[in-house]
Parts: sequence; structure tokens; C-alpha cells
Amino acid sequence: MAAPPTLALANVSKSFGAVRALRDVSIELFAGETHGLAGENGAGKSTLVKTLAGVHRPDSGQVLLGGEPVDFAGPADAQQAGVAVIYQEPTLFPDLSVAENIFMGRQPRRGLGRIDRKSMHARTRELFGRLGVALDPEQPSRGLSIADQQLVEIAKAISRDARVLIMDEPTAALSGHEVTRLFSVAEALREQGCALLFISHRLDEIFTLCQRVTTLRDGAWIASEPVDGLTHDDLIRRMVGREVATLFPKEEAAVGEVALKVERLTREGVFTDVSFEVRRGEIVALAGLVGAGRSEVARAVFGIDRWDAGSVTVDGATLPAGSPTAAMNAGLALVPEDRRQQGLVMDLSIERNIGLTGLRELRRGPTISRRAERDRARDWALRLQLKFARLADGVGVLSGGNQQKVVLAKWLATEPSVLIVDEPTRGIDVGTKAEVHRLLSELAGQGIAVLMISSELPEVLGMADRVLVMHEGRLAAEIPRAEATEESVMSAATGRAA
Amino acid sequence: MTGPTTTVAAPPEQAPGGRSARSRVDLVFRARELSLVIALVLLIGATGAVNPNFLSGQGIEDILLNTAILALLAVGQSVVVITRNLDLSVGSVVGLVAFVTADVLASGWGLVPGVVFGVAIGAACGLLNGLLVSFCRVPALVVTLGTLYVIQGVDHYIAHGRQINAVDLPPALLSLGNGSVLGVPYLPLITLVCMLLIGYYLRSYPSGREFYAIGSSPEAARLAGVPVRRRVLTAYLVSGCLAGLAGVLWLARFGTVIGDSANGWELIVISAVVVGGVAITGGVGSVYGAALGALLLTTIGSALVVLRVNPFWQQAITGALLLLAISVDRVLAMRVARLLRNRSRHG
Repeated sequence: MAAPPTLALANVSKSFGAVRALRDVSIELFAGETHGLAGENGAGKSTLVKTLAGVHRPDSGQVLLGGEPVDFAGPADAQQAGVAVIYQEPTLFPDLSVAENIFMGRQPRRGLGRIDRKSMHARTRELFGRLGVALDPEQPSRGLSIADQQLVEIAKAISRDARVLIMDEPTAALSGHEVTRLFSVAEALREQGCALLFISHRLDEIFTLCQRVTTLRDGAWIASEPVDGLTHDDLIRRMVGREVATLFPKEEAAVGEVALKVERLTREGVFTDVSFEVRRGEIVALAGLVGAGRSEVARAVFGIDRWDAGSVTVDGATLPAGSPTAAMNAGLALVPEDRRQQGLVMDLSIERNIGLTGLRELRRGPTISRRAERDRARDWALRLQLKFARLADGVGVLSGGNQQKVVLAKWLATEPSVLIVDEPTRGIDVGTKAEVHRLLSELAGQGIAVLMISSELPEVLGMADRVLVMHEGRLAAEIPRAEATEESVMSAATGRAA
Repeated sequence: MTGPTTTVAAPPEQAPGGRSARSRVDLVFRARELSLVIALVLLIGATGAVNPNFLSGQGIEDILLNTAILALLAVGQSVVVITRNLDLSVGSVVGLVAFVTADVLASGWGLVPGVVFGVAIGAACGLLNGLLVSFCRVPALVVTLGTLYVIQGVDHYIAHGRQINAVDLPPALLSLGNGSVLGVPYLPLITLVCMLLIGYYLRSYPSGREFYAIGSSPEAARLAGVPVRRRVLTAYLVSGCLAGLAGVLWLARFGTVIGDSANGWELIVISAVVVGGVAITGGVGSVYGAALGALLLTTIGSALVVLRVNPFWQQAITGALLLLAISVDRVLAMRVARLLRNRSRHG
């Protein structure tokens, strides 16, 4: 290609304290090309994105804009230069309207430099039209589902008329239909000469959308190559540097008595008349589109939200509504969907986080024993093969996959009889994903009843003994393993099943 | 940016329930200003029924005069609180400005230079707070608690036990405190103008909206390229300037100052802001609400005097009102969450 790349990194290194997040990494984004970025969690993808976005400054090496070195002093500079970013975690202002979120700092003006609200709302509607979203521009972004928040982020990015669009796992929270929409918008932007950088853990998506792909491993550049002629296995090998089974199928385990029984559970306006059982040794998947009410059922079963009607029974004992303490005492554990907000206390250390669920057991006399806490944490860190420097480190420094292991450790330490995991592998790299699957399978083998909520069909099909499918707040189908296919699950999830 | 592949068959028209659900949400948010007005009307009506003097021209003028300074401070404070910060030093700034302005005016300065001087002192205090909070990244609570005492100390040092009396001050200043135009005293008019200007700026200008953005999510504001530090600095500057102006008005109103005017007012100001519906966690509320909060607290104070209630109750009632305001906020927030939830299902 004769023209210089629209945006590029040349031999960039970046360290945070002792952690070398990027080592001598180069990447070139060309106009009219979608570039994939692959790598396990902790490989340095997010640091690379933030360097391109002006959030981080490289310690050494250069950021090149149209072939010329630039020095972004902050995100505002990068935005001025036409770089738009969709971050992995939605970064919205909960109190402001959706339209204000999209146009913050660039609101359409009328006389005297005042904000032209009418035109702002009209342009927001137009953007949502292109994305095929039915959101009200004037509603506050507080209360939007993660998928809707992500769509607002996408609208924000494309509203910038960017020359470079960087998407850091934009699809993690989206359903199939929304992903298709996003891809058609991305494709249109590419045809108009935009340079795109696309990051996803779903390798299929990289193969569908991208022309070239760059792989990072442990902060180092491994390869940049055309996607044509590359196979899944090639890409995974570059990412992990070894062969791995991408999916770990569940091993057969003896199915015991019913551990969790949910009968006619209803929470008005959220889900209706949900009944199912999970037996010891079973993994039951709860599938469905985003917003179908899966997480909400899990939250209600665990007592975070109240239910209006129905009952929940654990090992024969009926749970009171709205009491997580009672649920924990009865042997329930819930690994939530959003590990940063709900699963972990980000400011606390690894050992403190793991200790949180067992403060009573860790007591020696009136006080918490630091040694007991540390022993418990070390024990579980070893059993789950957690990668960490010191147990006293904050969980914030761990990669996503390892953070998820800490959440698992925290709950497994309570020795639950029923484990509910909500999107256990979201945003987790391939290697750790297989480990989490192996772990869940082992737990089932030990006689724990596992209820797994997942939006990833291969995971659902590979792991589940039975698949429960939710559609718009109701249980639409129950499919045994033998009959579960992508088609049967998807048609139930989209409400096409009889 | 309208590629053929991105056109959409069905424009996302409002679902039938959407518009009405939103206007209900709007109503819930506006309910704060509305409920303050209703509370005020009830309070004034009830007190007026018991003691008609309360509704006399003099009675109402007194309330307006008493509100003016508190409301001015509440307006400045709410700009800071909206950015998820706090300014505890405003009471000390009022005291310092009132005294040093009295000093320079007594030594023969004209009214205009005197007012400018007072506001400049306030601005300097605000600048100090703003620099410490935004650039040195010290939590606002600690910084402004520190400056509260430092400024108070400076005030005491300068005053040195002296008292400056009305006879030493230029008549022009005193007529600012007592005079009126078309029957409306100057002080509340000044407050009204400041409130309207700042309220309009915060609502209608892109940079004004950034104050809300910062308070709503500082991290998202940073990533969106909002100049967070500059805006926070500005918020403290505004609060400082208004506190300076309030100091001058204090002097104009009371005529006599000693070293510790407005001592302890910061907490009343913050109460007014919170009662007025500005979320202490930032991002929500308006300066109008804050000013109404100040009016309500002042009116309660006056009503209790008229009703011959023990002054002890005034503080207890202010406290109860604060708790009530926070509880109402909580309930409203849950209502809104439910509305939005039902709406995203059915809308």
C-alpha cells in the first residue's frame, strides 16, 4: 500500500510499575481496512487501544498519524485527530440523557453558542435509526441494559465521523441481531475509507469482519498478517503459543438428587412463571438473548431481588424471598455477570476478596485471623491455578480471566451445593476459558449442581446437560443435551419455537 | 456518512407507551422543585393563618433579605456539588471578605472598587481550593476543611478583635443593603440575577453540561475528553466568587462586622443544596432547586420565630428536613428505576 497508514504505532513500549504491558509493539491501521487484534487477556490489547486513544503515552516508540509522529496529550487530542474508541466497559454518564451522552462536548449549537437540543435529539434518532435501535434520546442512560449501553457507545463513536474507529470488544454484550447491525455499520464505514481496529474474543467475528489481524502475546507483537489463508487454530496458536482445546466438553458425572428447585417464579415486569430443577452433578445452561431475563432470574433465586410469586427450594429447604444471606446459608453461590462491579471489591487485595464470603469461619476469637484468610486464599489460588504475584496485591492488577478465578474462588470457598454462574467466560481469553470450563465440569463431578447463564452458544452446547431457553421473561424451551443444536436453541430464544 | 447498507427500513418511532413513560420520568425529576414550592406555600399559608403579620410586606421582605445571602452561597455550592465535590470553606470566605472589605471601605475606597476587591478575595480563595482539589488531587472534603480553618485564622488575625461599624462605612454600601427597586430589595435581586445566569449557563452551554458529566462519572468524562480539572477549578472559582459577593452583601446588610461573620454557615448552605435536590454524589440537580432550598430553610426559621417555637427546634427541623429530602430522593430513584424497567420491557 502506497499511502501511509492512517494511524500507526511504531515500536511502542509501555510499563506500569514493574508490569511491562507493551514491549516494542507496532501496528498499522490503513484507510478502508478492518484490522483485527487478537490476544489473550493480559496480552496488552487494552493498553494498545488506550495508547492509540491518547489515554496512555508510550514510554518509548511513536504514535504515527498519517505517517507523521504525533504526541497525544490526552483523549481530547486523539478525538480531535479523528480517533473514536468504543471501550470494553461502557463509559456513560448515568444521570445524563442518552443524546447528551452521545454528543457530550460536541453538542449541536444554535445562537450564542447554546446547545440546540432539538437538533441533538433528531441527530440521535437518526444515529439509532442507522443502528436499528429503538431507544429514546431523552431518557437517562441510568437503567439501560449493558447491551443498550454498548449501543449508545457505538452511536457515540460513529457520530464522530471518525477516520479511525477502534472497537474494544463491542460485541461481548450484544445479541446476534445487534452484532449483525454493528457489522453492517462497520462495513459501511470501512467502505467510506475509515480505518477500523476490531478486538474480540470471538474469533469467528475476527474472521468475518477483518482483512488483517495482529496478534499480541504477553505484551509482545507476534504477527500481523492477512486473514485469508489463516485458520482458527493458527490464530489460537499465535495467541497462546501452544495448542489448546478451544472448548472443554463436560465430562459425564453421576446425576444425583434435586439440589435446586424453582417453581413458578415471577417478578412482575421482569420474568413470569419460571420453573426448573437442577440436580447434583448436572450443568444446566440458561440460554436466551440479552434482556430475556436470565440474569434477573439468577438474581431473584439468590435473593438479591425479591420475587412476587413462586418458590425456590435448595436441598429441600424453602428460601425466603429477597435474602442473599439465607440463600448463602442454604448452600447457594452466585458468580455474577459483572465481575468488576458485582463480583469483586476492586480496591481490596486478592486474599481479602476471597475471604469476604467466609468472615465468620475466618474468625479466631473476636477478630479475623489474617493467617486463616491467607491460607484460604492460597489454597484456592493454587486449586484454580490463579496467576498472581502476591496475594496482597489488589485484584485490579489481575487480568480479566484471573479476576474471574478470584470470584470463583471466593464462592467455591463457601462449599456451595448449588453454583450459579452468570456469563462465566465473558471477556476471558481462550486459554483461561478452557480452564474455567474444566473447572465447572470438575465441580459438577464433585456433586455440585451448576446453573450456567451464557450467551455463547458453543459454550452452552459444549457444557450443558440440559439447556433452558428463555424468551422475553418466560421459559421457552427445555432441550436435553442430545437435541441441543445452535438451531434449536436459537429458534427457541428468538421465540420461533412452537 | 449515509452508506446504503446502513439505511434502515423502519425508523425507530416512539413506542406508544414511550413518550408518556418519559414524561412521567421527567415529572418525577421536576417533582423536587414542585414539592419545594408546595411545601413553601403550605408553610407560608399555615403560618400566615396563625399570625397574619407573617404575610405583611415587612415580613416577606425580611424573608427575602435573609434568603438572599444563603441562596447566593447555595447557588455557588451547587455548582461544586454537581461536579461531585464539596466546598466547606464558604462560611469562612464570607467572614473574611466581609471584614477586609469593611476595612478598605472604611479607609476610604469607593463602592465599586470595594465590591470588586471583595469578589477578588473570594475568587482567590476559590482558586486555592480549586487548584488543590483538581491539580493536587486531594479529596475536596479535606482540602476545604483545611482552607475553612486557614481562612478563618487569617480573618481572626486581620480583625484582631476589632469591630467595624456602620458609621465607618460609605452610605452607598448601606443603601445597597436596605434599598430597593420597585419595592423589591436589591439583595434578592442580585441573587436572582446570579442564579438565572448560572442556571442558564449550566443548562444551555456545552461546557455547562460538562459539570454534570464530571459529577455523573469522572472516569467517563476523562475518556470523553472533558477538561475535568479545568471545570472543577472553574466550579471552585464560581463558588469562591459568589462567596466573596455574599461577603460584600453581608456587610451591606448588617453594617457591623467582627472577625467571625457567617461562622458555621457552610453546613446550612450544604443543607439547602441537598434539600434543593442537588445530589451530594454529583451529576443531578439545579441551582434553582438549591436556591429554593435556601428559601425554604430561611422561611422555616422565620415561621418558627413568628410561631414562638423554641429556637432549638429550628435546627432539629432543618435536620429532619434533610433526612426527609434524602429519603424522598431514594424513593424517587427507585420509582424511576421501576418506570425505566417496565418501559424497556413494554416500550
